[in-house]
Amino acid sequence: MTLTMRLRAQAHIETPRLETPFHPRLAALDRVNDWYNWAGYKAPHALDDTELEYFAIRSTASLFDLSPMVKYRIEGKDAERYLNRLTLRDVSRQKTGTVQYTAWCDDAGHVLDDGTLFRLAPDVFRLCCQDRHLPWLLDSAIGFDVDIREETEEIAGLALQGPTAFATLKAAGLGNVASLRPFQITTLPAPFGDVTISRTGFTADLGYELFVPSEHALALWDLIHAAGQAYGLRAIGYDALNRARIEAGFIVAGADFIGADIALRPGRERMPDEIGLDWLVDPAKPHFNGRRAILHARRTGALKHVLVGLEIEGNVPAEGAIVYHGRSREAGVVTAAIWSPTAKRNIALASLTRPFGTEITNDLWVEIYALRELSYQKMMKRAVIVPRPFVSLPRRTANPPGLF
Amino acid sequence: MQTYDVAMIGAGHNGLVTACYLQRAGLNVIVLEKNDWVGGAATSRELTPGFLYSNCSYVCSLFRPEIMRDLELPRHGLQVIAYEGGAVLMRDGDYLASYRDHHSHRREFARFSRRDAEAYERYARDVTRQCRFIQPLLMRTAPDPFSFKPRDISELLYLARKFGEFSADEMAATLRFWTMSISDFLDEYFETDVIKAYLALSGIIGTALGPMSPGTAYVLLHHYMGEVDGSVGAWGYARGGMGAVTKALASSFQASGGVIRTGAGVEKILTRGGRAEGVVLEGGEEVRARLTVSNADVKRTFLKLVDEKDLPERFVHRVRHFKMRGSSGKVNIALDSLPEFPALPAGSTCIKGDLHFTDSVERMERAYDDWKAGRWSADPFLDMMIPTTLDPTMAPPGKHFVSTFVQYCPPKIEGRDWRDADRDGFAKTVIDQISAHSPGFRERILHMEVRTPREIEAEVGLTEGNIFQGELTFDQLLFNRPVPGYAQYRSPIHGLYMCGSSTHPGGGVMGAPGRNAAAEILRDLRRPNEHMSPAHDVI
Repeated sequence: MTLTMRLRAQAHIETPRLETPFHPRLAALDRVNDWYNWAGYKAPHALDDTELEYFAIRSTASLFDLSPMVKYRIEGKDAERYLNRLTLRDVSRQKTGTVQYTAWCDDAGHVLDDGTLFRLAPDVFRLCCQDRHLPWLLDSAIGFDVDIREETEEIAGLALQGPTAFATLKAAGLGNVASLRPFQITTLPAPFGDVTISRTGFTADLGYELFVPSEHALALWDLIHAAGQAYGLRAIGYDALNRARIEAGFIVAGADFIGADIALRPGRERMPDEIGLDWLVDPAKPHFNGRRAILHARRTGALKHVLVGLEIEGNVPAEGAIVYHGRSREAGVVTAAIWSPTAKRNIALASLTRPFGTEITNDLWVEIYALRELSYQKMMKRAVIVPRPFVSLPRRTANPPGLF
Repeated sequence: MQTYDVAMIGAGHNGLVTACYLQRAGLNVIVLEKNDWVGGAATSRELTPGFLYSNCSYVCSLFRPEIMRDLELPRHGLQVIAYEGGAVLMRDGDYLASYRDHHSHRREFARFSRRDAEAYERYARDVTRQCRFIQPLLMRTAPDPFSFKPRDISELLYLARKFGEFSADEMAATLRFWTMSISDFLDEYFETDVIKAYLALSGIIGTALGPMSPGTAYVLLHHYMGEVDGSVGAWGYARGGMGAVTKALASSFQASGGVIRTGAGVEKILTRGGRAEGVVLEGGEEVRARLTVSNADVKRTFLKLVDEKDLPERFVHRVRHFKMRGSSGKVNIALDSLPEFPALPAGSTCIKGDLHFTDSVERMERAYDDWKAGRWSADPFLDMMIPTTLDPTMAPPGKHFVSTFVQYCPPKIEGRDWRDADRDGFAKTVIDQISAHSPGFRERILHMEVRTPREIEAEVGLTEGNIFQGELTFDQLLFNRPVPGYAQYRSPIHGLYMCGSSTHPGGGVMGAPGRNAAAEILRDLRRPNEHMSPAHDVI
C-alpha cells in the first residue's frame, strides 16, 4: 500500500459500521430501526415485522441485501486446478455459467468455511463465503498461476426469493432467466448495465441472486423493487431469512459449525462428514486439502460428530437444547431451532456425538427449558431424525419457473 | 358389492380430517360428497376466469397445527400466511387501525382514549387467560358429567383441576364471561365506541345474536383460540384460498389410499335394527359400510338423512331445537384494481387485513334488530378482506379478490323464501356501504357472487346457512353439543357417528371435531391410534 492509499483509508474509522451500496433504499423502507453488525456492515434484523417478511419469502417475493457476504475473485489459467486443490468438490466438472455449493478444509480435514463458487468464465471464479480467508487462499496458491482478490466492496448482491421471484424478474425485463435452471448463472442487460443472475438462494424456495458492480446497486434495486410491486415484493431482514434457511436445512458458519481457523477450544472443529457435508467430498478427484485426513477418519471410524435434522414433538422451539438418548445420556446439542411455519413442525439442526445419530438413531429426546413468567417450564420432548431440507417445494426447481 | 369400513357423508374439512385419520389407521374409507368438488364451506372456486374465490370461509387461524402436521398437509400444498391487522373506517372520516406491532397498536388506541389504550393490556390478559383455560379442551372429547364412566370422571377431574387453578375472582369472572354479552364485557374495559365496535366483531360473527345478547362474549373467545405459528389469536390466509385446506386434506387422504366420490349426494342413511349399514345415494345406489360418519350438521343428519322412527323422541326433540339459525351472507367480488380508501394513509398496511365500516356497538345491535324482523340489515356489519394483497395465486397481477362477510342476513325474508330480487337488494346494501368509504369501488367490479343463507344451504348443505353448524352459546357447548348424552361423536344409532362442527368444540375451520371424532371411532374399534400426535402444550 502506498502512503497516499493508506492516508486515504484512514477515514474508515468515521464509519465503523459500513453501509452497503443498497443502504439508502433499505433505510428508506426501514420502520423498526433494528440493525445488526454483519461483518462490519449495517444490516437489518428486520425492516418491519419479521413474521410478515418471512411470509413474503414463502408467498410472494422477498428482497434481501447480501452485499456484506465476503467475495473473492479468483482468475488465471490455473484457477480451475487451484480451486480443485482447495475445495472438496470436483471443480474440473463444474461448467462455466454454474454455481457449486462447496466447502474447504485445512490439512487436518477440518472445515474452514462453506460457500458458493461461481464459475463466471473458464478461468474466472467468484467464491462467496461468510468469513474472511485471504491468507489461506493466498498461501494455498503457491505454485499456481492464479490471481486472487477480495472484491466484497466492489460487488453488490441481492437475493430475490419467493414464488413470484421469476414474475418479478420478468416484469423487470429480465425474463430471459426463464431458461435458467437451479445453480446456473447468466448475465443479462439492464438499462444501467449488465446484471449477473444465478438461480440460487438460501431459502429452499424459487429464487435468484443478482450481482452488479456497486455503482449500479441503486439502479438495480429500483428496477427490481418497482417491478415487484404487483407481485407482493417486500424487502426483508436476516431474521426472516434465517427462518427460511433453517427450513431449508442449510448450515451457517459460527452457528452450526465453527471454522477451524476460528475455533479456540480443542475438539470444536468439524470435518465435512461431521456437519452434513460428506456429500461434497470427492475422493476420486486429484488431491485436495484435507483429503488424506478425511479419508483416514472415514476408514478408522475416527469421526466424532454428526449433524442431523430433528423433528421435535410439540411447538416450543428447542433453541440451544441438549439432546439426550433414553432421556438421560447426553447425545449432543441443538444448534438451530424454530417452529416451521411452512412445514408446520417443530424443527431443529443438532450436532450429535457419534454413535448417536449414526448407529443409534432411536429414543432421542431434547430437554427444552422455556422461561415463562419467572418459572422454567421444563419439557422432555421426543425427537426424531428426519432428512433435510425440512421444507421441499416443487417450485424451487420447476422448469420453466412458475409465475407464483 | 364392496363394503367399506367407513362411509363419510360430506367432504367438508372435518369430514376429511376424520377420514384421513381413519384411513391412516388402516381402515378403508370412502368419502361421499354431493358437490362436484370437495371442501364444504372451505373451498376455492374459480367462478370467473383467473379469480379464485374463497366463497364461504375466508380466513384461517383456528385450524389446529397438530392436524396439519399429522396429516402432512404442508407436503400436500397447504400454506397459511399471516396478515397485518386491519381497520374500522368511521363515519366521521377517521379510522381505527389495528397493528401487529404492540406499541403501534397502543398508540393507535390512544388517539381515541389514553385510558382505553392502556386498558387493552388488561383486556388482552383476561381474554388470554380464558383462552388458556379453554384451549386444552379443544382436542379432547367433552366429558359427560352424568355417565359416571371412569373416563368421563377422570376428564371431569382434569377440568375441575384446571378450573381450580383459578383464584375465586377468576372463577367468578370465567362464569360471567361464558354467559355475558360482548357489549357488557367490553364496557368493563373500554369507553370508546369504535374500539368496542372493533372488538365486538368477534363476538357476533356467524351468530344470530346481537352484541348486547348474553352469550356473545364466549363467541369472541372462540375466535381468539386460534393461532398462526404460535401467535395466539392471529389470523392468516390460506394460500390459494380456503379450498387449499380441503384440497390438501383430500390429497393427503387419497395418498393414504382413501377414496373420494364427488357428485354423490347422500339421500338416506341405511339402518337396520338400530344399526347404520351405509348410505343410499341420490339415484338409489347403495354404499355399504360397517360405520357411517356424518360431516353434515346435526339437523341435516338426523332430521333428513335418518328416519325419525329410528331415533329416540327426546333426541329428535333436542335436535329440532338445536339453535342453528342463518344470520350471515357473503358477497365475493372480483376487482379490476386495488380499491382506494381515502381515509387510510397512503401505503397503509391495513388494506392487507380485515376492513370494517361499523363504528359503534349500537349500529351492530340495530343491524341485528333488522334480522329479528326478518329483513337483511339496512346498515349491515361487514368483514371485508382482500387476500390477494398477500396471495398472488388468487387473481391476476394487479387485480384482486375481495371477500365480504355480511351480517345480518335472515334465513327467510319476513317469513317467506328468498327471491332473486331480495338477493340483489341485499348485495346493493353491501356495495353501497363499501362504496361510501371507497369511491370507485363499484366501477372496479368485474364479477360478483352473492350468497344469502338460501345459496349457502343449497350449495354447502349447512342448515339455514349457519356457518358454525349450530350457535356457539354456552347452552350448546361441551357436553351439550349437540345433544346431551350424545356429545361424544356417537349417536343413538349404533355405527353412526358425527364429526362436523355441530359437535364439540364447534365451528370455524378448526378440524378439532373431526380429529376428536376419529379418536372416538378408533377407541370403539379398539384400534391403535398411532397417527395422532398429542395436542400441543399450553405453557
